Amino acid sequence: MRVVGTSVPRKDGIGKATGRALYADDLSFPGMLHGRTIRSTIPRGRVRGVHVKGNTAGLTIADHRDIPNRNIVALIVDDQPFLVETEVRHAAEPILLLAHESKEALLRVEVEIDYAVETPIYDPEQSTGVLKSLLIEKGDLERGFRDADLIVQGTYRTGHQEHVYIEPNAVIAVPENDGIAVYGSIQCPFYVAKALRSLLGTERHIRVVQTETGGGFGGKEEYPSMIAGHATLLALKSGRPVKIVYDREEDMVATTKRHPSIVRHRTGVTRDGRLTAIDVDIVLDGGAYVTLSPTVLSRGGIHAAGPYRCDNVRINGRAMFTNTPPNGAFRGFGAPQTQFAVEAHMERVAEALGMDSVTFRETNALRPGDTTATGQTLGNDTSALAVLREAVKRSDFARKRTAYAGTNKGIGLSLYYHGSGFTGSGELRLASKAQLDLTDHGVRILVSSTEIGQGTRTMHAQIVSDAMGIPYEQVEVAQPDTKLVPDSGPTVASRTCMIVGRILERCALEMKETLAGQSPAEYFAKHGAVSILKEHIQPSWIEWDEDAYRGDAYATYSWGCNVAEVEMDPDTYEVRPSHMTAVEEFGKAIHPVLARGQIEGGTAQGIGFALIEHVVMRDGLMANGTLTNYTIPTTLDTPVIDVEILENPYPDGPFGAKGLGELPIDGPAPALINAMRHLGLDVREIPATPETILRACASR
Amino acid sequence: MRFTLNGSPADVDAHPMKRLLDVLREECSLTGTKEGCGEGECGACTVLMDGKPVVSCLVPFAQAEGAEVTTIEGLGDDHPLQHHFMNEAGAQCGICTPGMIMAAMVLAPKPTLDEIRVALAGNLCRCTGYEAIYRAIWKAMGDMATPSEA
Repeated sequence: MRVVGTSVPRKDGIGKATGRALYADDLSFPGMLHGRTIRSTIPRGRVRGVHVKGNTAGLTIADHRDIPNRNIVALIVDDQPFLVETEVRHAAEPILLLAHESKEALLRVEVEIDYAVETPIYDPEQSTGVLKSLLIEKGDLERGFRDADLIVQGTYRTGHQEHVYIEPNAVIAVPENDGIAVYGSIQCPFYVAKALRSLLGTERHIRVVQTETGGGFGGKEEYPSMIAGHATLLALKSGRPVKIVYDREEDMVATTKRHPSIVRHRTGVTRDGRLTAIDVDIVLDGGAYVTLSPTVLSRGGIHAAGPYRCDNVRINGRAMFTNTPPNGAFRGFGAPQTQFAVEAHMERVAEALGMDSVTFRETNALRPGDTTATGQTLGNDTSALAVLREAVKRSDFARKRTAYAGTNKGIGLSLYYHGSGFTGSGELRLASKAQLDLTDHGVRILVSSTEIGQGTRTMHAQIVSDAMGIPYEQVEVAQPDTKLVPDSGPTVASRTCMIVGRILERCALEMKETLAGQSPAEYFAKHGAVSILKEHIQPSWIEWDEDAYRGDAYATYSWGCNVAEVEMDPDTYEVRPSHMTAVEEFGKAIHPVLARGQIEGGTAQGIGFALIEHVVMRDGLMANGTLTNYTIPTTLDTPVIDVEILENPYPDGPFGAKGLGELPIDGPAPALINAMRHLGLDVREIPATPETILRACASR
Repeated sequence: MRFTLNGSPADVDAHPMKRLLDVLREECSLTGTKEGCGEGECGACTVLMDGKPVVSCLVPFAQAEGAEVTTIEGLGDDHPLQHHFMNEAGAQCGICTPGMIMAAMVLAPKPTLDEIRVALAGNLCRCTGYEAIYRAIWKAMGDMATPSEA
């Protein structure tokens, strides 16, 4: 009867395969209007006047003066307005909202805006606006460099990346109980509720309901709060439901993207390949508002030294204001940028030493008992060596490395890790809750964790099923509705299984004890409803100093190794992946098929990040905001992805599980760039488009 | 305008230049067909027109006159592709799934990996890396023993 570790049918599988699953744009409410957002066309300046032209019959118009409470999208720092009052900080910033019954009539409305234009700043290294900085120090860096036989330096750059969830952002705001209900494509319903409390005040009725969500990848973590606020303003002003669905271009141009990064490394190493000093400097382009950049920098910084043992480390990081739309959460959350840099760099260190890629990494890979850059002592579930050795064996790395030499083929690898859950004391502050209710035929899970494709409903139901010892079919999962479910924290940070799953496991164990051997149906018939609510318990050994960036940055880490095989077209300078190997350890695969899906999907996104996904910025705005001009990997661009899952249980995770969602996107880019190095190409920036590769060839 | 929709005669009054996608979703209340990009790149709106996959966001309704249009709803609930997309997790977020399934409908039995890749080259999936989709199709349409790599 055990279902954990087996691949039961997804709870949402049949609805999705039949087209019956209802996404936000599939919903309609009586009297519903459509909403449109008028945005700034300049990157920086002040609004002097707004003029709506043409036929305004039946049109609802809202601006900042219609906001009943605070014009602030509440998140980390209170700086981003729902609607511009006068100051414009980036192009495509929302200024005015329109709603009309007819989409066609809505699009015909013209709005003219007069501005006083100011000079924008686009280069984060030229910007003087520091939105967050951090410093991680371990040991004695100068001594580390004195002990080194060789010092290797380098600068590595990554570009923006657009999420391209296939369902664009969409919400519907419906007036309800003198307040508002918002239905939408949302990763974090309670984030949206918090932003709406800022907009409307705490007295108003606010309900947020997640509809089926067509992908998120971080892109629906913070921006839905903005759109929900806009739809709410229009709905309250018109007294009617208002739907806002972005078209692809608006979604790509106006919403958040992965932070571009510039990472500088200086590394000391002994002749026999031991790291003695790691010095890293990170610059992230934050865009025009703080949004989530401080925490993105934090995760990026903590992962910046890679999965390597070194006694002397310094990591300096800054996220800078620029006049572009704010960058935000994207799967990996800063770690793909810094781990691209460190893994591309370590390959160069190995090369400088004349050591092979594998031996160099084996020499330095973190082992149980080693300490990380923040001074965290790692436990027995540390699998850097295991994933490395397995990936090397599985991909036949050593033989191919020799066989491909001098051909148009290359092979390279990357070793990486990813902390599970919120950084530092984040989980303590979140104090997430989960609830399990007894029903007349089983139990119902109530959490705010959202199903966005990764399998939340299924995986949570498996955990509850096994912890209670009841059939999987008797476990149902409630739709996330902030008036119905407790706040389980956001669906981010590879925490939904390890953190929320664990709370549910504890609920289920208590429910089992309550039932004392009876089936849910029997107990319910005799005693009626039972509801068990539990809160996250932070393992007592976790110690974290937020100011000094010292201590246990994450409860645990998952580990991965990628081997990338590529072929270069000598005519077009295109480097295409021909085969990817992904060996990943994340505690326990609750549902192996879904886990494999996370790895394959994350790997494909990493391939796009590395090779083809190029956001072209012009005048502070994405100039190629269409799927014709910004391409993500198609079936023809995605190679065979060979996956192996290793298990090494984390004692405080449900059935030993750690986080998985983000891990797979940390490694593909550096593995691909290291395969290019094997081809003799010195590429230090991504996306490595043919133009970038041509430059590398020219300097060869 | 008259056409055949999922095997039944349909007569819908809509502007001839309205996108077939909107006619299906708005006039016919068939919301299984999804819009991902509106420019024919993502394939989420794929339906069959006279047995051939088309991106319904680029088809003006006028072109549907007299045609046989099949949407995901026309498959019922019991098509092997639907079962295996579910079991193999070929559907993650599910927004590309109806279009993927419709595009896969025209594959001959026991397709090779190359044949599947070409048939689905106009359908974007951001979740799966496509591997689970291939497995679902092979389970549904027959596997060529061990499929050869491209």
